[in-house]
Amino acid sequence: MVGIVAYGAYVPRLRLSRQAVYDANKWFAAGLRGLAKGERSMANWDEDSITMAVEASRDCLTSHKPEDVRNIYFASTTHPFKDRQNAGVIGTALSIEQNLSASDVGGSLKAGTQALVAGLNAVKNGGASLVAAADKRLTRVASANELNYGDGAAALLCGTENVIAKLVGHHSVSMDFVDHFRGDETDFDYGWEERWIRDEGYSKIVPPAIKAALAACKLKGSDITHFIMPSLMPAVPKQMAKACGIADGAVRDLLGATLGDTGAAHALVMLVDALETAKEGDKIMVVAFGQGADVLVFEVTAENAKLPKRKGLSGWMARRKEEKNYMKFLAFNEMLPIDKGMRAEFDKKTALSVLWRKRDMIYGLVGGKCKVCGTVQFPRSQVCVNPNCHAIDSQEPYRMAGLEANVMSFTADSLTYSPDPPAYYGMITFPEGGRFMADFTDSDKEQVKVGAKMRMTFRIRDNDTMRGGFKRYFWKAAPV
Amino acid sequence: MARGIKDKVAILGMGCSKFGERWDSGAEELMLEAYKEAIADAGIDPNQLNAAWFSTAIDEVHVGKSGIPMSTTLRLPNIPVTHVENMCASGTEAFRGACYAVASGAADIAIALGVEKLKDTGYGGLPGGRGGPLQALWSANGTAPGNFAQLATAYMTAHGVSGEDLKKAIGHVSWKSHQNGAKNPKAHLQKAVEMETILNAPMIASPLGLFDCCGVSDGAAAAIVTTPEIAKAMGKQNIVSVKALQLSVSNGSESGHNSWDGSYFHTTRIASKKAYEEAGIKDPRKEVSMFEVHDCFSVTELVTMEDLHISQPGQGWKDVLDGFYDADGTIPCQIDGGLKCFGHPIGASGLRMLYEMYLQFQGRAGARQLKDPKIGMTHNLGGAPRENVSSVAIVGRYE
Repeated sequence: MVGIVAYGAYVPRLRLSRQAVYDANKWFAAGLRGLAKGERSMANWDEDSITMAVEASRDCLTSHKPEDVRNIYFASTTHPFKDRQNAGVIGTALSIEQNLSASDVGGSLKAGTQALVAGLNAVKNGGASLVAAADKRLTRVASANELNYGDGAAALLCGTENVIAKLVGHHSVSMDFVDHFRGDETDFDYGWEERWIRDEGYSKIVPPAIKAALAACKLKGSDITHFIMPSLMPAVPKQMAKACGIADGAVRDLLGATLGDTGAAHALVMLVDALETAKEGDKIMVVAFGQGADVLVFEVTAENAKLPKRKGLSGWMARRKEEKNYMKFLAFNEMLPIDKGMRAEFDKKTALSVLWRKRDMIYGLVGGKCKVCGTVQFPRSQVCVNPNCHAIDSQEPYRMAGLEANVMSFTADSLTYSPDPPAYYGMITFPEGGRFMADFTDSDKEQVKVGAKMRMTFRIRDNDTMRGGFKRYFWKAAPV
Repeated sequence: MARGIKDKVAILGMGCSKFGERWDSGAEELMLEAYKEAIADAGIDPNQLNAAWFSTAIDEVHVGKSGIPMSTTLRLPNIPVTHVENMCASGTEAFRGACYAVASGAADIAIALGVEKLKDTGYGGLPGGRGGPLQALWSANGTAPGNFAQLATAYMTAHGVSGEDLKKAIGHVSWKSHQNGAKNPKAHLQKAVEMETILNAPMIASPLGLFDCCGVSDGAAAAIVTTPEIAKAMGKQNIVSVKALQLSVSNGSESGHNSWDGSYFHTTRIASKKAYEEAGIKDPRKEVSMFEVHDCFSVTELVTMEDLHISQPGQGWKDVLDGFYDADGTIPCQIDGGLKCFGHPIGASGLRMLYEMYLQFQGRAGARQLKDPKIGMTHNLGGAPRENVSSVAIVGRYE
């Protein structure tokens, strides 16, 4: 049996108030008033599609061993690198490198479902496939997209054992219907009239694809329990369902009120949302639209109820901080020529040779454990750090990314350059042993205290804008 | 313990430039300012110098590498010039090199000169962004205030000191240095400041406010050393000799092993203990007459007085509030204003501290002259509480 064996999600902590965005822009774009409701997720300055995909993947792998993963597919329309395998960064962050095939899937909002189809097909050759999808799309100031989009990620592990949602069948159509595009020379989407997209696009492309999928699965529309179809037009999924005999009550919420549309990730984000509560026997249909359509049909098994608990979409959604500062949203997205000061000018050039030698340390947060005295330490070094040991070449790799740490000392630094001052950082200690001076993220004054419990999270450390945007990733500590 | 160099080296002459934002001077002018005074004070001809040690810490923003900048600026007679760098302990390291040369007999007369020209960067505070290519990939994006602020949080936690008490104590540390600096014409900051102003200053890195941080200054200082015998033969009076020079360097245990609680300087405890042993000091709280310690931040000084084994662990803040280290207290500390007010041109700071000791022993300290000091101790700390170099020098009258 081929299907989904585990799921995970990630949503950034900040939720931007749409009213705050509208209040700032209404002098220019009064027509956006109808969208000034609820909130959208907003990535912290140190998050991008890679970091969000790593978090969703960690959530997904709560119950599974990373080393069983043979394939990683990373879907996004905002891969941080055009030439450097983004999926490979995720693999290294999860400490998977051996026997791994990694692929980036992009170019369309169908990328998430394309990756899922590929991941499901790949497990027929053995091993598990990790399908991660994330998007952090930039939007023009005072645009509808600015209000409609959200940042987020989902991850699905595909396999053949203990399947929680069996793949019943899938059908795809591809055609160059350009409802919107993002050219090579811009960061922003450019879209055509909505009514045309609805009438000539969705209405003519999606129902035939759904019907073909139903036929292939030997199912009727009325068999579908959960109908998942992202769209910026909330009425469209209902219309598509109706056209195919799918019950109106089966159409899943688009999560627009609290999250926003997460782009290439959104179909999978909604799938995770459905799986969190789906019952054995439920039939889930996932549709993604974008230069054609992908339709996948799953049947939930008894294993779904047995899946060990994880944060999932609901857990990450519950970790929330309202952000009413629209200027901060613009600054975090480099949409404002803010005066960063001379301390922001330090060269961020990365020695790629060092990064390669130390990739397990930097991307995997792998420390060492001394075979002689048992001391856990970070970084792993040739001479044991324990003053009563100092054994040489005695350390085995020890992965620390999943360990909780405590704050030993900290500060809120207003002098150093930070895109979100003051910069919180401090000495964190791991109860298993080991400590280091870590940058903190997603931190507030109220949360950061001596003794506070911290969770390690994979983030952007620096961006080398002098060389076209080489992002340095490393692990930071965030309050649990 | 090695035999040490107690009383094998004497200070023949010293010089120190005016510290401050020396917009009028580059490193070269500052070096010459300190050098001219030292040479005149020693009463020697430059051709009598056998060797030189030259200290800077952030030379990439002023003189650059090697011994050449010192040799060319001062037109030294083609003698060996060794450029040393050990962060904020660089000045004391230059002094250690010169003293060891004399003590070994390799040189009869040697000079140590330290300089730092920091005010050509275009911004306040120390230049950042140093460290190797690996450190840049993982070490927290911190500053000196942020690192030392954590000493304060850890100290409060370790000893159950309230935020309010600590803030008052470290405020008093800075208040006292401002009182002293006001009497020093070469100091960067020569203004006494009210406690109120100190406590209400803007936060730099919590809990350290503006007045908890020392100034960033330009300056140079120099020491010319020889043997006590040569000094005597040259007719010198009130000879000041070196009693001990010790340096302790972190090996990563504080930053990487969970045995350190962040509330003290492991290295300072080691260096000071060895220094007392080298100098033959049994009870430092009774025997040391004055201190110049590394008050890069107010809390550094407070904790250092415990690590130098003067105040009991966890009790330093009470000694500070009792005025124990004030100019009229039991053991005056930072009588010249300290890094806080005299200033902190990094490569010069260790030598600046020795300059004050030297003046005090010679009775030439003007308005801030102490009565009959016998033993003086200087201390430098380079790096951060979790990883640092700590140097200690003890000097005193040559009996």
